[in-house]
Amino acid sequence: MATRTPALLTLEQIERLVLLLHGRGYQVVGPTVRDGAIVYDVVEKLSDLPVGWTDEQEAGRYRLRRRNDEALFGYVVGPQSWKKYLHPAEVRLLTAERSGHTFRILNNEPAPPRRAFLGVRACELAAIAVQDRVLQGDRYGDPIYAARREGIFIVAVNCTQAAPTCFCTSMGTGPRVRGAFELSLTELVGLGKHEFVVEAGSDAGAEVLAELAPAQAVASQATCQEAEAAVERAASQIQRRLDTTGIRDLLYSNFDHPRWDNVAQRCLTCANCTMVCPTCFCTTVEDVSDVTGTHAERWRKWDSCFTQNFSYIHGGSVRSSAKSRYRQWMTHKLASWIDQFGSSGCVGCGRCITWCPVGIDITEEVRAIRESPASSSQVRKESSHGNP
Amino acid sequence: MMATAATVDPMLPQPYSVRQVVKETSDTFTLTLEPPALEPSSGVYRNRFQPGQFSMLWVFGVGELPISISGDPAARDRLVYTVRSVGQATQTLVSCEVGDAVGVRGPFGTGWPMQQAQGRDVIVIAGGIGLAPLRPVIYEVLHNREKYGRLVILYGARSPHDLLYRRELTAWARQRETQVLATVDYGGLNWHGNVGVVTTLFKYVRLQPTRSLAFACGPEIMMRFVARDLETNGLARENIYLSMERNMKCALGFCGHCQYGPHFICKDGPIFSYDRMRPLLEKYEL
Ligand SMILES: Cc1cc2nc3c(=O)[nH]c(=O)nc-3n(C[C@H](O)[C@H](O)[C@H](O)COP(=O)(O)OP(=O)(O)OC[C@H]3O[C@@H](n4cnc5c(N)ncnc54)[C@H](O)[C@@H]3O)c2cc1C
Ligand code: SF4
Ligand code: SF4
Repeated sequence: MATRTPALLTLEQIERLVLLLHGRGYQVVGPTVRDGAIVYDVVEKLSDLPVGWTDEQEAGRYRLRRRNDEALFGYVVGPQSWKKYLHPAEVRLLTAERSGHTFRILNNEPAPPRRAFLGVRACELAAIAVQDRVLQGDRYGDPIYAARREGIFIVAVNCTQAAPTCFCTSMGTGPRVRGAFELSLTELVGLGKHEFVVEAGSDAGAEVLAELAPAQAVASQATCQEAEAAVERAASQIQRRLDTTGIRDLLYSNFDHPRWDNVAQRCLTCANCTMVCPTCFCTTVEDVSDVTGTHAERWRKWDSCFTQNFSYIHGGSVRSSAKSRYRQWMTHKLASWIDQFGSSGCVGCGRCITWCPVGIDITEEVRAIRESPASSSQVRKESSHGNP
Repeated sequence: MMATAATVDPMLPQPYSVRQVVKETSDTFTLTLEPPALEPSSGVYRNRFQPGQFSMLWVFGVGELPISISGDPAARDRLVYTVRSVGQATQTLVSCEVGDAVGVRGPFGTGWPMQQAQGRDVIVIAGGIGLAPLRPVIYEVLHNREKYGRLVILYGARSPHDLLYRRELTAWARQRETQVLATVDYGGLNWHGNVGVVTTLFKYVRLQPTRSLAFACGPEIMMRFVARDLETNGLARENIYLSMERNMKCALGFCGHCQYGPHFICKDGPIFSYDRMRPLLEKYEL
């Protein structure tokens, strides 16, 4: 394995990186600007990226704004996440044909394209690891996820600025990328320069990097320090905090906390938070058949614990109140997830805060419960629970 | 993804064909399904199952449902289900005719702890359709009589017409070391048995609490009372088992629907010991 010393790439070399990945048979997907938001889509060339754009985020608010430079990655996360590709919003499970009394399953879905993800942030890398544990790390593996996940080439990006909604530092996921990636980039822009400190995180990454022939095969110490400082700056911009100390027991023992009634008065049960969350994985299945009744399909679609039908069993829904649904979502995310999959289900990306139409803030809801726990039982002190 | 249908993919149903349909009550039918001629070798699709496990049954073009296996675990050439028609998919399922195809996935979930039950009295407590996932327990005990202690079957239904497996109930009652008691909510003129909820039957049972295992399945409210009364009668919480029910779309732990506190009913359950369920059963709208 090649040594993993940081190298330096020019803007032109990033352009070449995209072409090189195409040449290796990858469909490159990454951030693009559409309808006033940064969303993930196919990237053919560098100018498809949100060059010179940034975002302004607050609880219930998202705006794009021009930057006064030509940064490629000068914004944070938008409404979409990579689950768009790995765990698609709609996917056909099967097609079946009836013949006489019986039927045949036609399992002839084309294989999904091999993809390279360009611009994966630290919290998103953590979110992919969370979904890996849910969809392929447990008793059963989801073959649909596995087929899309296998062989992904990840170009991660260290954040050099944070949004007011970010709290990755609380969840132990960012702003520096950790974990499995092929290449990681730190963008340095300003004062007439535009370059990228790059590190390989895997053999595949090192191979591609070698082919790029970096401007400096070993980035100078000064450049490395500059990159380090840029990521530090992002970390120090982060204002939001979620104290994860003993959070599982805190939420388990506050099932009857009055705060759930309070949040239920604000929550519209619109499910936005679950759609934008990069770790939410719930799905439903819909059956369709043609008029002749000989052709049937089953489609898997994202579902949300905020819908009334989600918990329906004959006779009625188990969670019919808004209170019980918000409580289920937040308790699952921050508490039962730990029991189920060994880590928090929240990576601190802040999307649910930004995209909630009424600005409900998960960090604020936790704080309210922590500050006046309803239950007298002492919450056991335990190590904090972010992501491993 | 290029594999032939259903050999490896746990999400693809296998077409089984309906061999027999038996009407149990006005709304409940027992379906016997036969596997396709060529059975895939993958373990998931064998007809072997543990008493208490369930399948996902797919009705072509309509939907897929969790249904417990209600047949004899020793009969490996078929899968038997008892279905109560309560909505669109179950209605279509019970209207199946001999020769029709039904999609089958599974078996899924945990079974009743038969190993642990060996050498002990087995108390089976069922409400309504809840007898279906317990019938394989009864077959297992009666086929291997020497392995188990007494078999006690306590069964509650709405009315005498709603009692499932009526002929078998009578036959089971004649077996040695077996006690069968039924109760109904509304008896009518010709009913000479007990009237009242299933817990009212406890007083007729000679319980040996320290050497018994109790298995209960029925409406959640019923199981709550049953478990409480069993505990009052001296059974330890860890010797009481309940079969839980929640909405399910995949049975593999991916769809999220069946979550019950930290548990996924589909893969961690549906059968849980009462000591694990008790704190959760107290929580309304969990
Ligand atoms: C582990 C398990 C074992 C079961 N075993 C049996 C059995 O042996 N016999 C039997 O008759 N019934 C059984 N049920 C209940 C059965 O699955 C429901 O009655 C059935 O799903 C109702 O479907 P429907 O479309 O006819 O009704 P509708 O009321 O129209 O339901 C619409 C949809 O909601 C969901 N749903 C509704 N009720 C339930 C429910 N109770 N559990 C899960 N999902 C539900 C299903 O997706 C269903 O298609 C079992 C349920 C579980 C969870
Ligand atoms: S819960 Fe909110 S902050 Fe946490 S990962 Fe999901 S969207 Fe991001
Ligand atoms: S918390 Fe906000 S985004 Fe989530 S369901 Fe409620 S109103 Fe919608």
